[in-house]
Order: sequence, then structure tokens, then C-alpha cells
Amino acid sequence: MTGHHHARGRRGFIEQTIDGLHSAMDRAMYADRSASGRGALQQLDPRVKVAGLAALILASAMAAKLWVIAAVLLAALVLAAISYLSIWMIATRVWFATLTFTAAFAVPALFLTPGTIVYTTPGLLWTITSQGLTTAGFLILRSETAATLALVLVFTTPWMHILKALRLFRVPVVFVVILGMTCRYILLLLENAHEMFESRKSRTVGPMTRGEQRRIAIASTGALLSRTFQLSGEVYLAMQSRGFRGEVYILDDFRMQTMDWAAAIGFASLTAALVWVGR
Amino acid sequence: MHIPDGYLSPATCAAFYAGSTPFWYVALQRVKRALHTRLVPLISLFSAFCFLIMMFNLPLPGGTTGHAVGIGLATVVLGPWAAMLAVSVALIIQALFFGDGGITAIGANCFNMAIVGSLVAYVFYRAIAGRSPIVSFRRVVAAGLAGYAAINVSALFAAIEFGVQPLFYKDASGAPLYCPYPLSVSIPAMMIGHLTIAGMAELIVSAGLVAFLQWSDPSLLKATAGNAVALEDSTRRKTRSLQPIWIGLCVLMILTPLGILATGTAWGEWMASDFASPSIRQQIADSSLHQPAPVAVPLGLEQMSQLWTAPFSRYAPPYIRSAGFGYLLSAMFGVGLVMLVCFLVVRLMRGFVVGRPRQPAV
Repeated sequence: MTGHHHARGRRGFIEQTIDGLHSAMDRAMYADRSASGRGALQQLDPRVKVAGLAALILASAMAAKLWVIAAVLLAALVLAAISYLSIWMIATRVWFATLTFTAAFAVPALFLTPGTIVYTTPGLLWTITSQGLTTAGFLILRSETAATLALVLVFTTPWMHILKALRLFRVPVVFVVILGMTCRYILLLLENAHEMFESRKSRTVGPMTRGEQRRIAIASTGALLSRTFQLSGEVYLAMQSRGFRGEVYILDDFRMQTMDWAAAIGFASLTAALVWVGR
Repeated sequence: MHIPDGYLSPATCAAFYAGSTPFWYVALQRVKRALHTRLVPLISLFSAFCFLIMMFNLPLPGGTTGHAVGIGLATVVLGPWAAMLAVSVALIIQALFFGDGGITAIGANCFNMAIVGSLVAYVFYRAIAGRSPIVSFRRVVAAGLAGYAAINVSALFAAIEFGVQPLFYKDASGAPLYCPYPLSVSIPAMMIGHLTIAGMAELIVSAGLVAFLQWSDPSLLKATAGNAVALEDSTRRKTRSLQPIWIGLCVLMILTPLGILATGTAWGEWMASDFASPSIRQQIADSSLHQPAPVAVPLGLEQMSQLWTAPFSRYAPPYIRSAGFGYLLSAMFGVGLVMLVCFLVVRLMRGFVVGRPRQPAV
């Protein structure tokens, strides 16, 4: 009875890990699909998008007024809407996850921040200060805004284009190549790990002790590590067979169109205005 | 530990981007030099692996689950510089594409975990592993502790970064603009979780996977085991370097009969019979600030001196006539005995440390 209750009441680590892997794969696939959509941002040069959205994140980080950060969030939502990204998807994927994490961090600040008392809880006599409310608002609004902007970028631009656009910030080519390869193999390893845990789950009957679970987790990680090394060897051979001798070239085939220049000017002036009023 | 956007001020973020850049630069220069090797795919694959193990929920003793970052393992396998790149790449991809950790905080997150973490892990691993063989259990312990130390020092850095925010950044009403908690709150809040849950996850993953590699492919552990590898190669040179010590020891043994030239008895090393000899009684008095020796032999000394009779009493075996030769023989016997004990202790320790026979590299 206890075992049954345990299995139903608290999900095992295998299920939790499968869920995590699944949502990461899901996110990657959704990003791939939506990045090839026909929305406004999808049509823009990736360099403009990376620089423009990064500038907006910076503007929200620099703002010392809550309403300015709210305005950046509104701008992010408008950009998402004209790029045909579902607001419901943003709410469930970003806002909810960020809120649960940041609220846990921000709520104690309501009581711990010294300042003008605006409310005292009846039983415990804990005091909430107006400064506490403001600081919690800053934390939550800023992290939600930045997460939304990051998601808008990732869901409207193919990953490889984002990485290529990093060259705009003078990121060395080798680093961009390593980032690109890592992205590609993360997806492969995600699938490997997912299959491994699924097959383990299908062979598991009844509850396991913590020790057994830990041993399985370490053994699976070890197996994945072996596969990683094996794959690394194969990739190296493949690179050599294609003539890799240490020099890295990437195709910089982005070309700025009139629309891209207009968008760049738009992002720049919006950011400048927000930074100015947010002082 | 992944600091999100909005928790640190733009100035702090900029400072950490600036602080991380020289480390990234050096790391990239080192990788560039080794580009003809298989380091590029290895770093890429390893950061993909780090990304993945951050998603594995590890059941920990006590009923909670935690996830590791993989700093300890990456450092042991790749060395500190390549590990810095691998963990940074994993953190950048997490922040950019998966929303874990802020984009403005990438510099701070990379500094705390990838840079400080790798360096701390490396120092701990090398210090604890010492010159032990690659497959020794000591290396498993060293990797575990290196991971534990790395994650905790990283967390301490993050806590300090959080804790200084309210000192500098407040709005007109006095409300903190970024992280509102002072150091007195941020340090305990961060460290309690990391000293227990996150630290343990990192410890288990680092130690477990190094043990796995010792069993499956020990050659992958060579990058950070310079001493152990050198030790195996240079055993002969080490033996030769001991030659002067052997020669010195032989000379000292030959010189031991010189001890006979010294007269008298060392202070406090008297025998029960010495108290009956008037000349030795005089020596005792002379060397004890003219305090006369007791009339009778102290009772305790008399009783205890009969408990054990040494085979080479007074460095002169009774069956050898020549006192000088007796001294030499005693010296040789003593040195041999000390060496035998040392040899046995070392053998015993090595058996304890190695644990299992060395596996051939696959």
C-alpha cells in the first residue's frame, strides 16, 4: 500500500528526468518550427534581432522605474504578436516558470526590506514595506521581461543564425563553431538520453530505494559519457576526412535590406527613449 | 545558482563580462594551439554533456533531488582551461535558448561556475589526488571533493554578488533596484542549499563518473594526472636520484665506531649498575649541577630495567670481541631494520590506496 502510494504520490526521478528532457526537446522543436514562420521578426536580419532585443533587455535592466520596465514588456508582447507567437504559449512556457522561481526569491523581500510600513499581517505581525513591494516588483517584472525578450529572439530566429550573428559582437570564430557544434549535439544527446531513460522506465517494476535510484542515475550518466566520447571520436574523424586542419570558416551571408535598417533604427530609438525616461 | 536577468545591476553584469573575457581569451588561445587535435569536438560534446547532466535529477540521501553542473568532471577530463570553455558554452546555450540563467548575467554565471569553478576544482583535484596512480581510489575521492568545493565556491561568489547589490543600487524611495538581500542574508541562504543538496549532487556525479572512467577508459583521465603519468615513466630516474643518499648512509655506517671515542654516559641514560660505580656517580653529580646521585638505585628504575634485555645492548653484541666491529654491525642491523619497516608500511599503504589492479587503456 505504501509502495503504491509512494509510486502515485511522488513521481520517481526517472519520470522527472524524462519530463525535463522532453520539454527541452519540445522547446527546440517548437523554436525550429516558429523560426521558419512568416511573422515580422522572422523576416529580419538575425544581427538586427540579436542586437535590438539585447538592447531592450539592457534597457529594462537599467530602468529605475517600474512603468518603464512594464513598457519594455509590452513592446516584447507586441513583437511576439506581430511574429505570430502565441501569447498563451509565452504565458505557460515563460511567465509561469519564471514567476514560480522569482517569487520564491522576491516574496521574503516584502518583509525583509526596511522602509515605510504599508501592511501588517494579522497573526504574526510581519510588516510589509512599500520599498519591499517595489523591490519585489522590480525583480519579478525585470526577469519576466528579459525572459520574454529572449524567448521572442529564440522562437523567431534559427539557432545557427543567432550563433552566427554573435560575430557582430566580435566573438571569436572558434567560439562560435564550438557553440554551434554543441547546439547540434545537445539535440542528439537529448534524444539518446531520452531513449535510455524510456527504456529503463519500461523495465522498472515497483518502487526503487534511493540508493538504487542513485546507482541507476550514475550508471546512465556514465553510459551517456561513453557515448559522448565515442561520438566525439567519430566527429573528429569526420572533420578530418572533410579536410579540417584547424582553420575555421563560416559563411557570413547575411545582407541588410531596407527593412533591416528601418528595424535597426526603430530598436535603437526605442531603447534610447526607454533608457532616457527610465533614469 | 543560474542567476536570472534582473537580479544584478547592469554595472555588475558588465564588470563580470569584462572579468571573464581575459580567461576566455587565454582558454581560446590554448584551444587554438591544440586545434589540430580532437579538442574542438571534445569540448563541444563535453559541453553538450554538461548541459544534459544539469537536467538529470539525482536522488540524494534525505529524500530530495538535485542536479549537478559537471564542473568537477569537466575539469578532471579536459583540464581547467578547456573545462572553462565547455562549461561556459553550456551556460551560454542554456541562457540563450532554454531560458535558464539571464542573458545579462551570462558573464557573472560563467565567471562563477565556469571560471572560478574550474580553477577551484583543478586545485583541489591536483592537491588531493597527488601522485596517486590514475586508477586509484584516491582520485575518485579527489574528484568528488573537487566538485563539491567548486560548486560551493561558485555559490559563495554568486552570494557575494547578490549581497552587494542593495549597498549600491536603490531608487529614490530607498527600495533596492536589484537583489534586495544584504550579505548577511544572501550568503547563508545560498550556502545552506549548496553545502548540502547541490554540493552533494556534484560530489556524487564527479566521483561516480571518475570511477566509471577508471574502469572503462582510464586514458581519459591523463590530462590532469601529469604527476601520476610522470611517476610511472620516471621510476628509473627516481632510483638513480636516490644514489647520493645511499652513499651517505654507507659512509655514516662506517663512521659509527667513532662513537667509542666519546667518554662518559649520556645524561639521563644511566643504568641501574651505574649507581654502584663511584666514578660514574661522580660523573652524574658533575653533570647535574653537583647534585649527588641517590645512594640506592631508584626502585622503579631497578624493576623496569629488568623487563627487557636488548639483543645488541649498548651497541655491542656480547659475542663480538671488537667493540668497533660491534658498533658497525649494530648500525647495519639498525638501518636494515628501519628500511624493512618503512618498506612494509609503504607496501601496506599502496595496497590500501590502489584498491584494484590497473586496467589496460582501451
